[in-house]
Amino acid sequence: MIRDITIGQYYQAESKIHSLDPRVKLLGTLVFIISLFLGMNIWIYLVATIALIAVIKLSKVPFKFIIRGLKAIVVLILISAMFNLFLTPGTVILKVWKITITDRGLQTAVYMVIRLIYLIMGSSLMTLTTTPNNLTDGLEKGLGFLRVIKVPVHEIAMMMSIALRFIPILIDETDKIMKAQQARGADFETGNIIKRAKSMVPILVPLFISAFRRADDLAMAMEARCYHGSNGRTKMKPLRYKSADYKAYIAMAVYLGICITLNIVL
Amino acid sequence: MSIIVDKINYIYEQGTNLERQALKDVSFVIEKGEFIGLIGHTGSGKSTLIQHLNGLYKATSGHIYYDEQDIYDKNYNLRDLRNKVGLVFQYPEHQLFENTIFKDVCFGPKNQGLSKQECEIRAFESLRLVGLDENLYYHSPFDLSGGQKRRVAIAGVLAMQPEVLILDEPTAGLDPRGRDEIFAILKRLREEKNITIILVSHSMEDVAAHVDRIMVMDDGILKYDDTPRNIFKHYKELEKIGLAAPQVTYIMQDIKEAGFNVRTDAITIEEAKKSILETI
Amino acid sequence: MSIVKAKNLTFEYIRRDEEGNVESINKAIDDLNIEIEEGQFVAVLGHNGSGKSTFAKHLNVLVSPTEGSVWVDGMNTLEHENTLQIRQRAGMVFQNPDNQMICTVVDEEVGFGPENIGVPENEIWERVEKSLKSVGMYEYRNANPTKLSGGQKQRIAIAGIVAMKPKCIILDEPTAMLDPNGRKEVLKVLHELNEQEKVTIILITHYMEEVIEADKVFVIHEGKLQMQGTPREIFSQVERLKEYRLDVPQVTELAYELRKEGLDIRPGILYSNELISELKRIKEERNVDNSR
Repeated sequence: MIRDITIGQYYQAESKIHSLDPRVKLLGTLVFIISLFLGMNIWIYLVATIALIAVIKLSKVPFKFIIRGLKAIVVLILISAMFNLFLTPGTVILKVWKITITDRGLQTAVYMVIRLIYLIMGSSLMTLTTTPNNLTDGLEKGLGFLRVIKVPVHEIAMMMSIALRFIPILIDETDKIMKAQQARGADFETGNIIKRAKSMVPILVPLFISAFRRADDLAMAMEARCYHGSNGRTKMKPLRYKSADYKAYIAMAVYLGICITLNIVL
Repeated sequence: MSIIVDKINYIYEQGTNLERQALKDVSFVIEKGEFIGLIGHTGSGKSTLIQHLNGLYKATSGHIYYDEQDIYDKNYNLRDLRNKVGLVFQYPEHQLFENTIFKDVCFGPKNQGLSKQECEIRAFESLRLVGLDENLYYHSPFDLSGGQKRRVAIAGVLAMQPEVLILDEPTAGLDPRGRDEIFAILKRLREEKNITIILVSHSMEDVAAHVDRIMVMDDGILKYDDTPRNIFKHYKELEKIGLAAPQVTYIMQDIKEAGFNVRTDAITIEEAKKSILETI
Repeated sequence: MSIVKAKNLTFEYIRRDEEGNVESINKAIDDLNIEIEEGQFVAVLGHNGSGKSTFAKHLNVLVSPTEGSVWVDGMNTLEHENTLQIRQRAGMVFQNPDNQMICTVVDEEVGFGPENIGVPENEIWERVEKSLKSVGMYEYRNANPTKLSGGQKQRIAIAGIVAMKPKCIILDEPTAMLDPNGRKEVLKVLHELNEQEKVTIILITHYMEEVIEADKVFVIHEGKLQMQGTPREIFSQVERLKEYRLDVPQVTELAYELRKEGLDIRPGILYSNELISELKRIKEERNVDNSR
């Protein structure tokens, strides 16, 4: 169940996508998301699908692995689909008791589902092909211009990378806590929603306490190794663009261009 | 009570690239009142094995019988099994969650569906058994020392009145006094309750000094299953699988090689002392 | 010259209730005086809660003394501008290997410290390679540290400190969460660093077997320095150690028990060959007595 979360996990492989500069991948993800929100246009979605499949193929990440990440948000997708389906005005095509489904509602719901699924797939693909540290470096450098307006870019990036590093550890820990409580007769499976929510307390309390303790330990370990923010800090693996990165930027520009054109023309 | 483990196999993450056989044809019988030490290096399968005994893991093949009943039978209630086979995990931090120690110990019996009064009686009884100072009962479990937390965690499982108590490295990270306190509790449990105990440990000295029977796991196989004295005779084989005999056994070997006619199968300081005094 | 010096060091934990009133004051360290020589392998012994870890934190400026002072390599820890220099010269390794790893690749993890102190890129790579080799983990440089064993993780943590070129490494119970093999690996690496690189090692522990090979042992109990001396001097006082909730190695204990039974064995036996030569001497003396 909780092991299915793929967002924030890294999939080790040697591929063209893996070796791209993280800034390219970050901007690429952003471009992809923008293209999805351009409009409800079937041609744009067709181009986006082709682009997504091509990048997945290039990345050598098994398709199953990316799909697994969707399981965790199935409920979210269904809820948003429902809202769109039932609450959008338009020509009624189906009416059962007080529930009406309109043509526009159906259309929005379908687009919404695809949009959410692609969104998750696109961003999972980025984290699956980029190590957390690389991602942080990319964010830090890519958003470095914000430092001018006093945004603590380095600190935010560091925070994110630590969060990503701790996700697998906390998942593992949740598993252990569940077992320890099950050994004391705890029951997480039966009962109504309130009972089940209550049964989470014995898991959440130890998990939070442990997370805080870990955070405290880690802060101390970082301080002990002379960490003091970005001032005077050097990089062991500084980011440098290679020719493949420029090619990727061009491909992205072409992709966005096509999408915008399609949006205007059709 | 008795536990019969019959040729169980467990394959971890079957069907993925992480697939690994964690248990291979493991069979043994445990009778009431035994005190068993389970040893093996990290990753030898001992943690997986103990989690089979209370049904947290289900064997890929093979059978486990508790009191002659097959625990993998459709009609068998695994929650009943967990009430009878208490498992204390290595880190007490993984189970303590209530705002007082007393309430935390009540959690197990409450899950068993006992009345409030019955839960409280059991909590008092088990906190007494682990020898925790009464003034601490209504304190937060998070303010306790490492050794005290371990004892509260043990009490939390004891309150369910299990027939078998399994402890996963209960002394890891404790100082010598904390370790002695845990062993004193186990001794008391055996004397007062005749409870069956399975102890997972990395310390050969501790196992040698306390248990009646040792099971050695190596790479998912139950390699040896015998009395401590017979087990540590195999110290050369034990070394090959990342284990060792207690230090005192090696000392006695050295003394023997130096020309003293001492017993080389001594596994505790007491035995070693006697043997040396006899020969000198 | 002493690398670490503490004078009248006192540290109080103040517990406050919800309104912020002082509920209790707990003296974790109570008027401690200690001096550690450069280049030595030093062990600091004490049971859980004896104050030994709090002492270690002072050496890395992770806490500041309530009273008294601490000098590391001649620098007073109370002077704020010394903090980074002290941390670079006296690196610290903690108990839980998982909670001190910042990065997801071994080489980046080792490079984290040098990055923080502004070492140029080329030199970081040199330092990372050298320090990974010194702990025998170079072939794991591209691995994910979370996938390694406990002993390997601690060796990575030590490499991360070594890469900062410290004069002294403080280890706060680095083996408490490891199995016996992991414990051996870590101890071996520490002794090699001490002998080959002349790094001062300050090992905080309650495992007696780790102490036998140390140059000097300090015993802390209830925040006070109770004993100091060579391992032999310390382990010849078995009763006193038990009073401080500590153990002795089994050979020392056996010798002590035999002595209690009336055998004339000298105190402070650390190795089995020492026990054997004592037994031989006693036997000869008895034979002489018998033949008379």
